[in-house]
Amino acid sequence: MTLPYPKKKDPQKRTKVPTLPPGERSRAALGLAIAAARGRFALQSCAACGAVQYPPRDACRSCLSVEMSWHDTPAYGKLLAETRIHASPDPYFRERLPWRMGSVQLEAGPVIMAHLVGVSRGDRVTVELRLDRAGQGVMIARPMKRTEDMEDDPVLRAIGTHPKHRRILISDATQPVARPLIDALFAAGAAHVFAGVPELWRRPHGLSAIEGLENVSVMPLDVTDTQSLKEAASEIGGKVDILINTARHIRPGGVLGQDTTAARDEMEVNALGLMRLAQAFGPGMAGRTADGVNSSAALVTILSAHALSPDPGYGAFNASQAAARSIVQTLRAEFAPSGLRVAAVYTGPTEDEWHQPLPPPKVAPKALARAIVDGLDRGLEEVYCGDVARDLAERWAADPALLDREMMGGGA
Amino acid sequence: MSILADLTGALVGGDLRVVDLTHALDPDFPVIVLPPEFGQCARFRMEEVSAYDHRGPAWKWHNLTLNEHTGTHFDAPIHWVSGRDWPNGAVDEIPAEHLIGPVCVIDCSEGAAQDDDFELTPEIIAAWEAAHGPIPAGSWVLMRTDWSRRRGADYLNMAEDGPHSPGPTPDAIRLLLERDIRGFGTECVGTDAGQGAHYDPPYPAHFLLHGAGKYGLQCLCNLDLLPPTGAVLIAPPLKIKGGTGSPLRVLALVPGDAK
Repeated sequence: MTLPYPKKKDPQKRTKVPTLPPGERSRAALGLAIAAARGRFALQSCAACGAVQYPPRDACRSCLSVEMSWHDTPAYGKLLAETRIHASPDPYFRERLPWRMGSVQLEAGPVIMAHLVGVSRGDRVTVELRLDRAGQGVMIARPMKRTEDMEDDPVLRAIGTHPKHRRILISDATQPVARPLIDALFAAGAAHVFAGVPELWRRPHGLSAIEGLENVSVMPLDVTDTQSLKEAASEIGGKVDILINTARHIRPGGVLGQDTTAARDEMEVNALGLMRLAQAFGPGMAGRTADGVNSSAALVTILSAHALSPDPGYGAFNASQAAARSIVQTLRAEFAPSGLRVAAVYTGPTEDEWHQPLPPPKVAPKALARAIVDGLDRGLEEVYCGDVARDLAERWAADPALLDREMMGGGA
Repeated sequence: MSILADLTGALVGGDLRVVDLTHALDPDFPVIVLPPEFGQCARFRMEEVSAYDHRGPAWKWHNLTLNEHTGTHFDAPIHWVSGRDWPNGAVDEIPAEHLIGPVCVIDCSEGAAQDDDFELTPEIIAAWEAAHGPIPAGSWVLMRTDWSRRRGADYLNMAEDGPHSPGPTPDAIRLLLERDIRGFGTECVGTDAGQGAHYDPPYPAHFLLHGAGKYGLQCLCNLDLLPPTGAVLIAPPLKIKGGTGSPLRVLALVPGDAK
């Protein structure tokens, strides 16, 4: 299947108002969304008897134990039955009929209901947990081998954030990640890139790497300058399908030794800059999440994994990252009614001038770019790029207080 | 009080013109850029507090963020290490009578058009004095380069080895100090040349002027509308307690027949 580039819109037709699939879930079932947000396939299992169960419940259906926890589970199964739904009272599905669903016997035990992408009855399938437009985890049964074309399927297109045919704004294209990011986006089929550049008057480094590229528009944009965002949004606000916030300001130094002027700059760019971007472009994007093939889909921002627990050597910077993470969480709630995905890409120390004296492993711009585009391809909400970020996230998930102690220098 | 009556009469009647030497404070107006490991000059930023809306129904106003040295601005002696102990060296302490005074304009625009690193030298000052008489003690001296007409990246004119813009040599500043000037002003982002770090002493205008208790003005414009002599400069900085400088509105009173 190859998705054609959409025709120009008929300006006499009203843009479709976003509708959402049913979003009500039990507290136990939210675990599916947590796994889907990270691109993992996890199911509930019982600590007492080991039974794997679906759908999620507050107690084990075999032994009634309430010691339930979530574990990554093999995501393979057999498609038992399929159906094509031609009528639905639900406004979201009514607009997208026919819709294929089926039941899958998972090798891990349970039988689950899944949306079907390119599979037929009797097939051995891979099941993915994906976030739908309501931000809930849903099961997708797809062929064993993942293909890029698969993302063209209407089911995945409706819930996904794939860059194909989409127009993408990069907020600060002078950052080292920008050029590899632009390349990766075009490789994924992006239609156009708007490359924001702050402070053109100083001939910023990095500008030469993006000037003159085909399908890239360089435009003045500064996340610390509300006026520049207003001007950019008034020009392109109606056609930004994906916004990737690459603007970062980093100065090493803790809290006692760091200048508040530098810390303020970090807050201005990293935290308030994200807030200003969301205010300038968010409403326009939120209104276009059902706008055909190249509907708006996602707002992505890069965060340090130390947003979770600070590295005291970068204490002031990490305070801005924790603030930005908090803003991301609020934006998720605020954009939820529109189905606009708000994704955070967590990285460890990046390979740049501000982490120069640090030992490896460091995240190369190319790796960060790949992680961002991979997250968009798979519709993720939480992406961890590189070993440091993954390790920090795992330790944080296991025991945040213990990680805090470790970051303070406690423990060997 | 007939002097003031004459003055206001001349202003109303057009025998005196008021020339504005100030750039608008604008987020896109360049500021000095230092190596990134140093503290930086805040860019001008303006955030709406209310605009006749739910945040304030009948009024519009903004919060501003800026450095003392953002936009068209005044440098006080304590701005530089050489002037740190100068008495009354902060903007709030400068005697008010220092803020209005005569101004001499040395036209370097032809040279600056040819050479981005054009230098104001003692020879140029001597030639100017030969034509217009000695620079009077207590006067402002402004270096006209027409640099203010440059826009965008051409203003700082940043290259891999730093910015390139005209400015005075150390000896030129020493000569101006011999004349006991009040201060020195330019159209560029600083009183020193873009490559001023490479002089001995580095940044001679800042180092020598402020070390002698003199003032600086930079990011000026419209200097082409001033006569070489005979105008009056009005340059009062904001009264910032302990301030090292201040954005300000710089005005000149110019005889109606001049230029």
